[in-house]
Amino acid sequence: MTEYLFSVHHDYSKPLFDDDADVEAMFRDTAAFNDEAQAAGIYVFAGGLEAPDTATTVHVREGQTVTTDGPYAEARERIGGFWILELPDLDAALAWAAKASAACQGPVEVRPFQGV
Amino acid sequence: MTTTQDELAAVFRRESGRAVATLVRMLGDIDAAEEAVQDAFVRALEHWPRDGIPPSPAAWIVATAKNRAIDVVRRESTREERYRRRAVLTGDDGTQADPASAVAERLDESVADDQLRLIFTCCHPALGMEARVALTLRLIAGLETRDIARAFLVPEATMAQRLTRAKRKIATARIPYRVPPSEELPARLEAVLAVLYLVFNEGYSGTTDATRPDLAREATRLTRELHRLLPEEPEASGLLALMLLTESRRPARFDGDGHVVLLESQDRSRWDAGLIEEGQAVVLDCLRRGRPGPYQVQAAIAAVHSDATRFEDTDWRQILTLYDQLFALHPTAVVELNRAVALAEVRGPGAALAVVDGLPLERYHLWHATRANLLNRLGRTADARAAYATAAEFTENPAERAFLLERAERG
Repeated sequence: MTEYLFSVHHDYSKPLFDDDADVEAMFRDTAAFNDEAQAAGIYVFAGGLEAPDTATTVHVREGQTVTTDGPYAEARERIGGFWILELPDLDAALAWAAKASAACQGPVEVRPFQGV
Repeated sequence: MTTTQDELAAVFRRESGRAVATLVRMLGDIDAAEEAVQDAFVRALEHWPRDGIPPSPAAWIVATAKNRAIDVVRRESTREERYRRRAVLTGDDGTQADPASAVAERLDESVADDQLRLIFTCCHPALGMEARVALTLRLIAGLETRDIARAFLVPEATMAQRLTRAKRKIATARIPYRVPPSEELPARLEAVLAVLYLVFNEGYSGTTDATRPDLAREATRLTRELHRLLPEEPEASGLLALMLLTESRRPARFDGDGHVVLLESQDRSRWDAGLIEEGQAVVLDCLRRGRPGPYQVQAAIAAVHSDATRFEDTDWRQILTLYDQLFALHPTAVVELNRAVALAEVRGPGAALAVVDGLPLERYHLWHATRANLLNRLGRTADARAAYATAAEFTENPAERAFLLERAERG
């Protein structure tokens, strides 16, 4: 079994959803996806992230700690949330990623964690 | 000596794909499988010139590679890591005590589907299209990285990096080594068919050599395997039929001096009657299912051509109708260009030229060649010569280039 990071990417340069009904549907579908993943025994951890403007970047360079307001790199698209799921192979991961993408209504990037 | 080396090279092209596929199943590691097979060929190079070529060179290669692989697994300091990876690819839990004996046990397993499994792995949609084709050419068809690089018009080092990256993704993202289950098959099959079609075309009308019959045969053989394994998939049948009917013309495609002979001038008595019969039977069988797709329609077009004993007897109206159907399924400029060739026969070169001139294919040699042919037929010989010359600039295939340059000179 391998742990995969499923990261959801949002384009933060525009509103994520058209109206509140869409937001509600997304939360409902995502909660249902979480239930399904838990029932399947593959769920490790999941979470949604606050907006990128709440981020702070800390970088230690030559012994100096530099603290910067905001995310590390300039980009329109950022991780909005993620799952960590444990699955036997990439085909299984891609099948779950399709469900996850449909539920959260965004593109889902699948990446394996390094083996221990 | 040279004869042995030539023969060895031929055996390598023919057998390395099968050997690699078998070794991947045993070892669960593509790089290790390639190494073992390369090693076996190095040994062949030492032994065969001295002892003579064994009665079954292929079996010798696979057996030597297997023994070599078992040795390596036994000695490897990182054998547990390698074994873990093998478990990933084969679905074992990785807890068996002795990796070498586990590998040895796999020697006697059925090898019939090894290549199909490796094809589905190489053609996984998680890999980019170029990586899929490159991996298939390298691992299944046994092409050298140098040859694949030439086909893609990139430096060899670049292609080596792409292959390494693709193999690393298969291992680390855990792309499984298997034929996908039936519910996933149609989507996955499309990727496999696209790759086999590209390999066939490279073999039929290569970018580097005028023709690579071994590649075309290999693509046909693999498609035949696919068709046997998936008899209910009409597009797999369609692609097989297309390959058989296209391949049937090979004996008539070049004259004694290696020059290209156009379809209209080919000696049809030299077409391979056995391949035509088989191809036509497969076309009829898949069209009967009523689920037409682009490969089936292209095969049907090839079947109409093969029906005509003389070029003048070709049923161009039927071909035009089939191109209309193909365009509906697969609306691309290249399909429109091919349709225009049939249109020229049904409604004349002027009508066809009007269509061709509107297509955005200025960098495609066959666009220029088709224009040149139509211009010639309309009596615009100077324009035709210029178009043939431009066509020659855009092809990589030496025989095609020679043909086009000759037409540019002669008019």
